Amino acid sequence: MMKRVIEYFRSLMLLELMAGLRLTMRYFFRPKFTINYPEEKTPKSPRFRGLHALRRYPNGEERCIACKLCEAVCPALAITIESSLRDDGSRRTTLYEIDLFKCIFCGLCEESCPVDAIVETGFLEYHFESKSESVMNKDQLLAIGDRFEAEIAENRKQDAAYR
Amino acid sequence: MLDALQYLVWTLIKILAISVPIIIAVAFYTYFERRVIAAMQVRIGPSRVGPLGLIQPFADTLKLLLKEIILPANANRFLFVLAPVITLAPALAAWAVIPFNDLLVLADVDAGLLYVLALTSLGVYGVIIAGWASNSKYAFLGAMRSAAQTVSYEIAMGFSLVGVMILAGTLNLRQIVLAQQGGLFDWYWLPLFPLFVIYMISGLAETNRAPFDVAEGESEIVAGFHVEYSGATFAVFFLAEYANMILISSLSAILFAGGWLSPFEGWPVLGDTMLAEGSIFWFLAKTVVFMFMFLWYRATFPRYRYDQIMRLGWKVFIPITVVWVMVAALMTLLGIVEKGS
Repeated sequence: MMKRVIEYFRSLMLLELMAGLRLTMRYFFRPKFTINYPEEKTPKSPRFRGLHALRRYPNGEERCIACKLCEAVCPALAITIESSLRDDGSRRTTLYEIDLFKCIFCGLCEESCPVDAIVETGFLEYHFESKSESVMNKDQLLAIGDRFEAEIAENRKQDAAYR
Repeated sequence: MLDALQYLVWTLIKILAISVPIIIAVAFYTYFERRVIAAMQVRIGPSRVGPLGLIQPFADTLKLLLKEIILPANANRFLFVLAPVITLAPALAAWAVIPFNDLLVLADVDAGLLYVLALTSLGVYGVIIAGWASNSKYAFLGAMRSAAQTVSYEIAMGFSLVGVMILAGTLNLRQIVLAQQGGLFDWYWLPLFPLFVIYMISGLAETNRAPFDVAEGESEIVAGFHVEYSGATFAVFFLAEYANMILISSLSAILFAGGWLSPFEGWPVLGDTMLAEGSIFWFLAKTVVFMFMFLWYRATFPRYRYDQIMRLGWKVFIPITVVWVMVAALMTLLGIVEKGS
């Protein structure tokens, strides 16, 4: 009985509510977690799996040798490759397409590639304006590779010890 | 004839001079709310539109005004459109008797407090009509909840105002402020502390704000009484809600925190400076503090359950207010608190 009376008057003092208010007021002055996206960006791992690219050797020769391991390993069947012999007798792709709508960005193509030709770059800020644009052809992939070569090489170097 | 016209124009100008700043204040209050709640949730809040996001409320208003007003099938068209107006009108009309400082008051009427109480009670009709006219279960439930809640808390609120009346001995808001003269500890929040707290909490309930926002409880009845409203009609509800919050804040400032009076009144250190004198800035500053508290509560407390709201209103607040009204009467009788006028 006595306990209930004391409890009643304690609750009238709104102590719990005060504690809550104090907590929110403390948070009010905390530094904020928000990242102002286009101006500020979160750090990215060198293993980040963004948009795909096909790389070249420093002499300008494309790396891909049309072994089709990536096509075979791709769990989403997003990669299509056709190949033929080039005039100098080396085997090269005539068609290399990745459907980005099918792709699940698992990175298996990158891992399976014996010559480090197909890679996933850290680039993530891309968009399509029509459905047909989702299929990346060989020229586009090579262009992306040329554009981000420095970054790709740097990321590979950083990650080399763990491969 | 000319005199009458002049009177009309002059009155209209005075009305605009009060209602336009209030509408602008409402716009910035929504911005303020988003920033404050964001800060308490360790976010930034709107910061993109204009410098620091200050244009955000105008962008929001523009968006709402350009949107389509959807009239639900089988809704009562007349009442459906009338409801937001009924909600907004009292929220703005109540400002007629609010004294901004000793001279700045549109209508210095003797029954000012009664008038304010009557008008704030009228606002609930808009909510009920909105809920009924929408022909929607959710809206109807929200309206029923809102009606029950507002009616219950009106009593506690009325009683806490009775305490103020007993101490001030008047219903005129200007004279209530003048009766509190003498600095921070002569204001009525101190002798009437329980009533002050109950007034603030009932104010939250009256304006359907968190933690008493069961009328629009998002998690259970979507948006309550205004589910079916969109575009400009929704904007008017929004305006009314925030105008009411500002009104309750300014009333708290007037009734319990000395209105335009300075908290440092009579401090010899300050002498005759701005700080020691009562002015409209003190009134606005106090109002902003109370307005901030509304947001602070919203960021802190979870929503009350419906039966808890009823229990709190009827079984806790009303007994306490009744007791403290007696105490206030005793205090004046024994001369502990100086009786105004």
